[in-house]
Amino acid sequence: MAQLVNLLSRIERVREEYFVRIRIAEENRALEHAAAVKIQSWFRGCQTRAYLRYLNKKATLMQKIWRGFSARRIFRKMLEAAFFTRKMNLCNQMAVRIQKTWRGYYVRQYVHNYYARKIYLEGLTRKNEEVRKTLEEFAEFQRRMREQERTEREEREKCILAQKMHFLLSTKQCPGVYNSPFRDSPGEMELRMRSAKPPLAKSPSRHKDRIGKKMESPTEAGSATHLPPIRTKKPQGPFRQPLEVWQQRYRPLEPTLRVATSITALEEAREELRREEWRGRVVDHPFHPFSNTSRQSEKYEPLIHASAPFEQVAYGTKHFREEKKEILQEKEPFKTVFTSCQVFDKFGRLYSNAGKIV
Amino acid sequence: MTQRQVLQAFEQYQRSRTQFVQTVAELATRPQNIETLQHAGVVSLLRPLLLDGVPTIQQTAALALGRLANHSDDLAEAVVKGGILPQLVYSLAEQNRFYKKAAAFVLRAVAKHSPELAQAVVDCGALDALVLCLEEFDPGVKEAAAWALGYIARHNAELSLSVVEAGAVPLLVLCVQEPEIAVRRIAASSLSDISKHSPELAQTVVDTGAIAYLAQMILNPDAKLKRQVFSALSQISKHSVDLAEMVVEAEVFPAALACLKDPDEYVRKNVATLMREIAKHTPELSQMVVNCGGVAAVIDYLGDSRANVRLPGIMMLGYVAAHRENLAMAVIVSRGVSQLAICLVEEPEDHIKAATVWAFGQIGRHTPEHARAVASANVLPKLLDLYMDPGSSEDLQAKSKRALKGILQKCTHLPALEPLLCDAPSNILKHVACQFSKVILPHDSQARRLFVTSGGLKKVQEIEAEAGSALQEHINSINNCFPAEIVRYYSPGYSETLLEKVEKYQPA
Repeated sequence: MAQLVNLLSRIERVREEYFVRIRIAEENRALEHAAAVKIQSWFRGCQTRAYLRYLNKKATLMQKIWRGFSARRIFRKMLEAAFFTRKMNLCNQMAVRIQKTWRGYYVRQYVHNYYARKIYLEGLTRKNEEVRKTLEEFAEFQRRMREQERTEREEREKCILAQKMHFLLSTKQCPGVYNSPFRDSPGEMELRMRSAKPPLAKSPSRHKDRIGKKMESPTEAGSATHLPPIRTKKPQGPFRQPLEVWQQRYRPLEPTLRVATSITALEEAREELRREEWRGRVVDHPFHPFSNTSRQSEKYEPLIHASAPFEQVAYGTKHFREEKKEILQEKEPFKTVFTSCQVFDKFGRLYSNAGKIV
Repeated sequence: MTQRQVLQAFEQYQRSRTQFVQTVAELATRPQNIETLQHAGVVSLLRPLLLDGVPTIQQTAALALGRLANHSDDLAEAVVKGGILPQLVYSLAEQNRFYKKAAAFVLRAVAKHSPELAQAVVDCGALDALVLCLEEFDPGVKEAAAWALGYIARHNAELSLSVVEAGAVPLLVLCVQEPEIAVRRIAASSLSDISKHSPELAQTVVDTGAIAYLAQMILNPDAKLKRQVFSALSQISKHSVDLAEMVVEAEVFPAALACLKDPDEYVRKNVATLMREIAKHTPELSQMVVNCGGVAAVIDYLGDSRANVRLPGIMMLGYVAAHRENLAMAVIVSRGVSQLAICLVEEPEDHIKAATVWAFGQIGRHTPEHARAVASANVLPKLLDLYMDPGSSEDLQAKSKRALKGILQKCTHLPALEPLLCDAPSNILKHVACQFSKVILPHDSQARRLFVTSGGLKKVQEIEAEAGSALQEHINSINNCFPAEIVRYYSPGYSETLLEKVEKYQPA
């Protein structure tokens, strides 16, 4: 209870205190309010800054990562491009090397082949020498032939002249024209005339004796050596009669049988036989009376004409087609319908439907 | 009695006619009588004798007319104007072989002078009659007819065409195969005359298979026949490549080379002509000719012959060298350049010199090797002389200028270029200077030394050229190849400048 008394005494003071405190609190409210706001704002500021910082850091991190990634990508592309260029350069160099070697080879082999040209020119020089030599020899040969011919001709002419001018020969009494006494030795013509024989006199009666001449046909080939002509009269001496000589000379050739048969005689004979057989054969299937096998299977078909009565029948004049079965005797009837002529299949139907008949 | 007197009068008349005609025929063989005969009016007198009853008189009258017409132009015209030709043509179909020979002789004698006379002969319908004569058996008649046809066809292409249209060519080809040498000669000559005008005519001749027969006769011993055969082959082959190839396929080479050594010079000339016509078409044909040794044969031929006959050989070498440089080298290797140089010196005629100069140009223009080969034969000064000589013809000057230009543009041989520095005109000099400045001096120090020691630099300094012209530029570039002292040393008037310096010098 003491406390209660104490408390009741203090209530007044408490009220005053309360009012004081409230007044103080009221006076300090604004200050404290402002301070509280300041503290809060500062704290909030710190928070926000911390948050911003955090965000910035994260943003930076993302950007960092992204920039690194994209730069590496670009770098990779650059690397690839650089690698590609380097590879292409290498390829180009190698291709140039190949082309260089090939072009060198090609030009040296086909366009301007120095060694082939050299060989060709050397060969050409040799060929020229050969041709020159051959032509020289040929010209020389021709010249010699002409010279020879000329000298021979002159020789012959001089010979004939010497033969003809035999009367100019010098005699013991009188020296000839070509044997001048003022010279030491006789001239060339003189010596020729001395050694010349008189020309053979051609007798005109000779060709009367030749009987065989006209009969000798020019087509008797092979008589390159002309035999002496056969005279009509037998010359005096151990000679045969002209008739015998004639027969001997123009005896015909009598060859042996072996010589006379031609090499192909056998084949010719066979051919002749074949031809004769072909000519003579009338029947293709000859009648063999006793051949059993083939004939048995064939059925005998008698003639309608033979099986009819021996009188004038209508068949053959009035009609040509037998209808009655028993007379026909199981022969097959004539075909009444032919295979159609395909020309008229398309008749009317070829180009348009307008002409469709059927 | 009176009958005999009457007949005697006729016989006397016949005898006097015969005598007259024979005398005239004999007199007509000598040229000095022809004038007198012409003034005496022999043509009008001989004309009725052509229609005479006696064959001998007809033939002799025709022979006399032929000899007269053969001699001169006026007489041939008189024969044409006298209306004799239709009569001759008519009787050409009817009479015996002696008359045909004589009539064909007259036609030939008239046709040979000029194209108008030949046209007059053709207008009378002589062609058909002559072609009929070609079918005769007698070789003399064939020869006369072929000769007349040849002379008609010789003048121009229209007359040739009319001869061909008359169907003469197959018969001429048959005549070429005859055993008689004279007929063959004349037939070959007529074929040559027909085919020389145009390619179509040559093709017509070839189509009848003439080439094979002509080629067979190449090695015949008769010289005149060979002349005509080679002439015919060259006329055929000159028109086109196909015809030339056909001639080559008939295997005329290398047999034709043997005929280059024939003693007759016209045979050789015609062989050279044939080779020229074949070689000029394509490089392949030239190559074939070179490969069978044709070039060596032609060069020897040039050495053996003189004057006009050389011309086809020279042109053949030019054509061969013109196609390709290895063919030109083949010509050089076969010693062609020295032979051509000899020809250039020996021949006085301008056209042969022009051909030689052209051939040199073709040989030397390909590469420096070729130009060196041509230059080392000492040819360039001669070419220069020919160009500068006022006495040479226009053609020769133009050709030598072109040849010089062509050779100089490829020449790198110093000793050959130097003599040209002396007295060449500026258009040649600029090429020489160009070669020096561009090719020789910048690269070869030995050549520079040689240039100085042989006095070339001195001569270059003495050249006067307009400033700014190509020549001046080349001279400047030559001067740049040498140190300045040397150039100053050799410049004209250097001794004066030195002496002036001596005068001005003040000794210290």
